[in-house]
Amino acid sequence: MSVSVRIPPVLRAHVGGVKVVQMSGATLGEVLSALVVAHADLREQIFESDGALRRWVNVYVDGADARHLAGLETPTPAGIEVVILPAMAGGSR
Amino acid sequence: MTTKGFTEVDANAAQQLLASPERPILIDVREQNEWDAGYLHGATHAPKGTISFAIANIAPDKSAPILLYCAGGVRSAAAAETLAGLGYTNLRSMAGGIKGWSEAGLPVVETTTLTPEQKSRYSRHLLLPGVGAEGQAKLLDARVLLVGAGGLGAPAALYLAAAGVGHLRIIDFDVVEASNLQRQVIHTTERVGMPKVESAAVQIRALNPDVQVEPINGALTVDNVASLLDGVDVVIDGTDTFEARYALNDAAVKLGIPVVHAGVFRFEGQLTVLAPGRGPCYRCLHPTPPPPEMAPGCGVAGVLGVLPGAIGVLQATEALKLLLGIGEPLIGRLLLWDALEGSFTELTVQRDPHCAACGSAATAKGVQS
Ligand SMILES: [Zn+2]
Repeated sequence: MSVSVRIPPVLRAHVGGVKVVQMSGATLGEVLSALVVAHADLREQIFESDGALRRWVNVYVDGADARHLAGLETPTPAGIEVVILPAMAGGSR
Repeated sequence: MTTKGFTEVDANAAQQLLASPERPILIDVREQNEWDAGYLHGATHAPKGTISFAIANIAPDKSAPILLYCAGGVRSAAAAETLAGLGYTNLRSMAGGIKGWSEAGLPVVETTTLTPEQKSRYSRHLLLPGVGAEGQAKLLDARVLLVGAGGLGAPAALYLAAAGVGHLRIIDFDVVEASNLQRQVIHTTERVGMPKVESAAVQIRALNPDVQVEPINGALTVDNVASLLDGVDVVIDGTDTFEARYALNDAAVKLGIPVVHAGVFRFEGQLTVLAPGRGPCYRCLHPTPPPPEMAPGCGVAGVLGVLPGAIGVLQATEALKLLLGIGEPLIGRLLLWDALEGSFTELTVQRDPHCAACGSAATAKGVQS
């Protein structure tokens, strides 16, 4: 049930600098919960206090926006890639 | 006539073929001066003497349908024979040539009046199927707004200027600093301290006198965004504040102007085309901005200098595709580039029917104003 979770560069400091972490879970909600248990600093970056995804954080499951799938209920079969992508600030001034 | 390896068709049959779904590649095999006096819409120019070399670029697939024409039908028949000898299998020559076409009352495109200097400067564009003199004329007539003359805007502006995009309006409120020169290649050491838009204008004018530059030293705001977008065909978004990005998005959606959006961070970049009515807008992707403390910029995080260079040039590429109407613009697709991995990832991005800027409710109520 291992799923690759791609951490965006802006959040990598919260996971010890790594780009991809392996997590398990049958749904996106389970995968992300496992992620923030393993890396507690990430919780407030990606979740609202009520457990919903931050509105500026998009999560893609197998290349598609989870909000247009089943949200946190989206199934995450083994081997699938999850990409976390918050809004990016910079045009590099 | 198929014994020669090609078929002859008259002007009316040629016109029907060109209007059909299996539209053949149309090649004009006349000389330059004849082409300059007028050609058929959508034709690619390859004089008969050069066609055996040019054909590989025009039609890499030897089974692709090809329709050749010249002035009266003699040279195009000879060119078709040449191509048949090279292994091309789906060839037609227009009997009667462009003369017969005009006599049948069908329209001939008046060639655009590129000057001899322009024909030389843009010669590599003129050779390209999908660009040619018609496409170059479109570029020379086009107006692009660059929001920011920094990491992304600098390379984008240089390549758009080189390509002959006739009007570049550039807005930025910064002055050139030494720390910009690691990536913002439109500026120079000598021009440190100069407003970025003036520095950019100097470089663009030196590169291509065809380009009219309109430097605007200031910030994009909700108050000036509509006038900045006036007459603009495509926007290059090199903003680095969320306020400016949302103001730009909402106005561009309202005016139906596509925005080529990008961002860079350290060793990674992203790019997408936000085309109103054809795909998502920025608010569809991110309805609300993050608080500033959750969105660090390159000023604190650093960026490899080539990163915005490459992504800015990809933005210019998307802008040229939109202006020319060629290829598959990155609409509804978000491209991620990881420079260290050397990998590209493509994500699917969709419209949000409830989007405050481009959703049905927004359109109905006009809330974005
Ligand atoms: Zn939208």
